[in-house]
Amino acid sequence: MTETTVSLVGVTKRYGAITAVRDLDLDLHSGEIIALVGHNGAGKTTQIKMMLGLARPTTGAVRLLGTDPTGDGFAARAQIGYLPESVSFHLAMTGRETLAFYARLKSLEADCLDPAFAAVGLESAANRTLGTYSKGMRQRLGLAQALLGRPRVLILDEPTSGLDPALRREFYAIVARRAAEGATVLLASHALTEIEGCADRVVVVNCGTKIADGTLDALRATASLPVHVRIRTAGEFEDTGWRRLPDGSFETQVAPHDKLPLLAHLLADPCMIADLTVTEPTLDDLYAHYLQREAA
Amino acid sequence: MSDLAETAAVPRRGRPMPMALTIAGREIREGFRNRWVLATTLLLAALALTLALLGSAPTGTVGASRLDVVTVSLASLTIFLVPLIALLLSHDAIAGEAERGTLLLLLAYPVRRTSVILGKFLGQLAILAFATTLGYGVAALAVGWNLGAAAWAAFAAMVGASILLGGVFLSLGLLASTVVRQRSTAGGIAIGLWLFFVLLYDMAFLGLLVATGGHSLPSLLIDMLLGLNPTDAYRLLTLGMAGTADLTGIGALAGQTALTPPILVSILAAWTAGPLALAAFVFSRREL
Repeated sequence: MTETTVSLVGVTKRYGAITAVRDLDLDLHSGEIIALVGHNGAGKTTQIKMMLGLARPTTGAVRLLGTDPTGDGFAARAQIGYLPESVSFHLAMTGRETLAFYARLKSLEADCLDPAFAAVGLESAANRTLGTYSKGMRQRLGLAQALLGRPRVLILDEPTSGLDPALRREFYAIVARRAAEGATVLLASHALTEIEGCADRVVVVNCGTKIADGTLDALRATASLPVHVRIRTAGEFEDTGWRRLPDGSFETQVAPHDKLPLLAHLLADPCMIADLTVTEPTLDDLYAHYLQREAA
Repeated sequence: MSDLAETAAVPRRGRPMPMALTIAGREIREGFRNRWVLATTLLLAALALTLALLGSAPTGTVGASRLDVVTVSLASLTIFLVPLIALLLSHDAIAGEAERGTLLLLLAYPVRRTSVILGKFLGQLAILAFATTLGYGVAALAVGWNLGAAAWAAFAAMVGASILLGGVFLSLGLLASTVVRQRSTAGGIAIGLWLFFVLLYDMAFLGLLVATGGHSLPSLLIDMLLGLNPTDAYRLLTLGMAGTADLTGIGALAGQTALTPPILVSILAAWTAGPLALAAFVFSRREL
């Protein structure tokens, strides 16, 4: 059974003349992986700060696990995990010392540390100082910190920027396990491609406003971006509706629901076509589409 | 509810003191790890030893206890050095964490902001107390250990007062670190505080005494002016103490003032508690 773990109702946050978040409604549920996507400065971090109770909304209400995070809803904080963007721990301390400090702040016993290191694959580096850690290892230590105490809400701000693809996949695998156990996972990112294939739900924000919210497939369907089809012909070709490229091949765009009929038509006479390439819209195209729609 | 609820950390009611001690513990550990404690202790010990060995030469074995001479010399050293060390240590406390991104993380934990301020202060006070006691203690022992209980008591009181003075400036530096966003700004304020309280205030005070001939000022006004500056309160407290009073000029002044040692200690305590409370207040209301 899913329950609402985080909810923002009509939230607006102003810093002086700047409106960082504008009239935002957002509900996050248990067992859900949500990607919060937007440009740098789109208001992602401000939203996260309000969820954590580090900033108060100018108007509207924020609830975290049923409590007001800015008030004395203090106990709820032991049940959340947070990894801020670009955090740098003290380099002269060992991994174990660093993690032990955070475990104490959550009133956890010291025997939770070894499993925490094992969960992110750092068990052999636990007793080394952070100065000897690579960027990926430091980020994994940050994740280990966020996972302490099996939090019910996990908020990760730009967790994989600067990580190589293999590490990124490993990172998301750990996060997906937690979501499968029932935790809410919020991943903030500046690019859709960063979170490809790992989020159940995508929320796109721009200038503090939510401009899209749904599964990746739903967003694709709504956007209905054209598919690019390119062919190289073997014989005579009726090129109406096709654009001739410098290398002699032809290209056209079709709406997603016209794709299969077109392919059927082209392949009806296989001798005519030497090669065929179908390019689906990328996540970057999709993201750009939503941002442009907003600007228009 | 999922089965997660059973395995989740059982949230306990946040108790300010243990959290403050956890933060103090980390502060001390980091202080030892990044050589802050070592550098401070060595600096204090080296300067104290120099003063002790130079200072004890002229008096030789006659007159005032050699340890009393050391106590007086070290008190003068403290006035310049301890506030500076305290400010260097504390101006980074909040502003530095904010710049490294760890402040956001720390405050997302179930930790009260008052505990953060108190923990930082206690940790840094422990570092300062360790460095002062060890650094000055080495200098005193270098002069000799069989120097009389009274002289040792005066020495111990001076070390205690020095730690108290350090506490005042730790608390002022912590306030500076809390009210500004940038570490460099906090550093600038810290230097300004040091210049004002250690140099400028006394120069202005001295100028006032000279200009008025020293006698036309009511003694209550002089007491107030001395009490308003924690370094002057420290000066009166240590240099006016029994056994060392006749070694110093201010000892004569201490004889006339209404500021008794308990009052002076209260002044220093108030100078510590005031900025600390203000820092905690500002920090609790601050948005990140």
